[in-house]
Amino acid sequence: MQPLLKVEGLKKSFGGVAALRDGRFELEAGSVHALCGGNGAGKSTFLSILMGIHKRDGGTILHRGKPVEFSSPAEALRSGIAIIEQELSPVPHMTVAENIYLGREPSTRFGGIDFKTMNRNAQALLDRLEFSISAREYMMNLSVAQMQLVEIAKALSHEADVIFMDEPTSAIGEKEAQHLFSAIKRLKAEGKGIVYVSHRLSEIFQIADSYTVFRDGGFVGAGKLADIDRPGLIRMIVGRELGEEYIKTNTPTETAGLEVSGLSAPGKIEDISFTARKGEIFGIYGLMGSGRTEIFNCLFGMDRPSSGAIRLDGQAVSIRQPSDAMAEGIAFVTEDRKVTGLNLTDSVRNNICLASLPEMSPAFVMRRSEEQSASADMIARFAIKAARDTMPVSGLSGGNQQKVVLGKWFLRQPRVLLLDEPTRGVDVGAKREIYRIICDFAASGGTVVMISSEIDEILGMSDRILVMRQGRSAGIHGRQETDAQSLVHLST
Amino acid sequence: MTSIENKTASSWLNSDRRRLIVQEYGIFLAFLLLVAILSVSNEFFLTPGNISNVLLQTSINGVLAIGMTFVILTRGIDLSVGSVVALAGMVSASFVTSSATAGIAGAPYPMVVALAAGILVGVGCGALVGLIVSRFSVPAFVATLGMLSAARGATLIYGGGKPVPALSPEFRWIGTGNILGIPMPVILLAAVFLVSWWVLTRTRFGRYIYAVGGNPHAAKTSGLNVTRIRFMVYVISGALSGLAGMILSARTGSALPQAGIAYELDAIAAVVIGGTSLSGGVGRVTGTLIGALIIGVMNNGLDLMGIQSYYQQVLKGALIVGAVMLDQKRNQGV
Repeated sequence: MQPLLKVEGLKKSFGGVAALRDGRFELEAGSVHALCGGNGAGKSTFLSILMGIHKRDGGTILHRGKPVEFSSPAEALRSGIAIIEQELSPVPHMTVAENIYLGREPSTRFGGIDFKTMNRNAQALLDRLEFSISAREYMMNLSVAQMQLVEIAKALSHEADVIFMDEPTSAIGEKEAQHLFSAIKRLKAEGKGIVYVSHRLSEIFQIADSYTVFRDGGFVGAGKLADIDRPGLIRMIVGRELGEEYIKTNTPTETAGLEVSGLSAPGKIEDISFTARKGEIFGIYGLMGSGRTEIFNCLFGMDRPSSGAIRLDGQAVSIRQPSDAMAEGIAFVTEDRKVTGLNLTDSVRNNICLASLPEMSPAFVMRRSEEQSASADMIARFAIKAARDTMPVSGLSGGNQQKVVLGKWFLRQPRVLLLDEPTRGVDVGAKREIYRIICDFAASGGTVVMISSEIDEILGMSDRILVMRQGRSAGIHGRQETDAQSLVHLST
Repeated sequence: MTSIENKTASSWLNSDRRRLIVQEYGIFLAFLLLVAILSVSNEFFLTPGNISNVLLQTSINGVLAIGMTFVILTRGIDLSVGSVVALAGMVSASFVTSSATAGIAGAPYPMVVALAAGILVGVGCGALVGLIVSRFSVPAFVATLGMLSAARGATLIYGGGKPVPALSPEFRWIGTGNILGIPMPVILLAAVFLVSWWVLTRTRFGRYIYAVGGNPHAAKTSGLNVTRIRFMVYVISGALSGLAGMILSARTGSALPQAGIAYELDAIAAVVIGGTSLSGGVGRVTGTLIGALIIGVMNNGLDLMGIQSYYQQVLKGALIVGAVMLDQKRNQGV
């Protein structure tokens, strides 16, 4: 059978640096194909060429056996290749139907928009896909997961038969991800080809039929997922043996590090109590919007709790603003490093020093040698790959950016580390390193509280797990006494 | 001068590293190019008298533009500087004029009192705007637009719509005097520049400003008091507007109610030409100074060539837009 999409020898360089040397890919109709690779493997370049954003330097793309060439995303879409991007960009003040038919609105006899036909067609499309979204709803009232479904509907309204999904689950919860997967299964049954790009291996094994691995800009291998196991796939992605995915080196002590009792913030969280011990990695699991991040916001002074007490090393503390929390030795690695973690336009060095500026300038004037050595220390300690520490942090890969955020907080030598999705958008290799950093910190007596929506990660790393559901605690469980199913069950 | 030009031309095509240098110092090279062209085409341009004149013309806009740089670095804008110039100029002048003119008992006061009054007016206006922007989250554009109107009105009320003569010679010395032949306004601009450069590049507060402008959320999670930093930049811009207002009154010998109209535009232009990003977090006060000098040199050069001031405005408009277009292109390239 002729493949739906066949790519061979795709090449692309940026300013003399090869981003993609040999992109090869073959997609069958009616299948889900996972595109895997670490950061910098060439996946994004590959996607942007197929989308028509970048022009290829060499290679062929065959769509249903015919060579194609796109110079814009619109052209790619017209020929039937659609991409659901990681960060969606809907028009929020327009309805679902208007978004789906943007730029192709059916017109009435007098040249106006035929809203009736548009809404009817959109609704028919959504119903066919069983998305249970109203075509007349405004985009801004939808959840991220629903917006993704609308994007999929939009792609299908263009008669697309190849649909790329770039990290579609990075911003949605476990339950919504399952909805997405059933939508993907329906598309597959309709004979579409879906290319699934994700760092989350468990999802790949759940949803995809076959895989292609890129590494360092080149094709490494491809095959059926039925013929490979998880360690085997990791080995291909990373290019070397990594051993166990989660190695725990910490042992919880009996001393309480962080005690939280009766923490409440109206409309966000209610009556949250837990004790994280020194040397412990305390996990918090829950869906998006279940109040996970809100706990951290209250602990770190970003938000004011209406009631509740916080004790550090047995001492009651009062935290009104982030600087109070920092003075008590709390560090907070936020959920989205680009939005709340880093100043992307600034250098690696300045970002590392960002949370320690008063300490580095006792007399108002910055001590530059101190900054320099602090940044050099953190770069060495966490093996941050940067050409110079004066380069903008935006030029680093996701994993290295995340290590810069960790460096910023470790520089303060914290007692308690609050981690919100510490490995989101980070490749397998860098994930290991981050796990090692977290474990080392706990092993040396630090207290770690970690939020994650990746169930393997939370089970693999945590000593105990607090499950959040609708702003309330659904119980605390030891890692031995629980499993993925019961966590998902408790959280929904 | 010509050797520099040749170097620029060749490096544009050659190595990446040289291109980086051009990107980094492009504005400085553009300035040198402009100076080179003018000195070749007009023998009067490079005379000490004319240089001193250009610097003098640039000094007020330079001081305002430096204050504006602080604000724009935090993603803000200050449209009120021209009106604050007028108000501060008038209030300070009223302290050194005869009591009959200004209605201030005991005037004329010593220069120091007038200086303090002018700066205080600027600080007060800046603090009010800063409070509105930082505490009440009113967009800077709106808050300073309000102050642009209010401070102008206050100037008219304060002076009864009439000019106030600044009689005291020691006060007038700030605008007309010189030290070792260097005009006082130029010395003040140099001082303001040096202090600002030091604050922005060497101190904790400077780091705060870049962090707040680059990513206010990240700044907040890193424990910075974003509200206070936002407040402070408007106070700085206000204080420098106050200083500029006094220089203006001292130079002209009289505080006019319509002084400083549209000065905010030249100040913003200097900042933008100097490469500071309106989206915050990126920019340098050195660039701003050169931006102000480019505007000053261009105006002067066109004057020397006998080109009408109407055309100068059109050219300045083109220059601002062109500078930002180049900046956009260079940001895409990186």
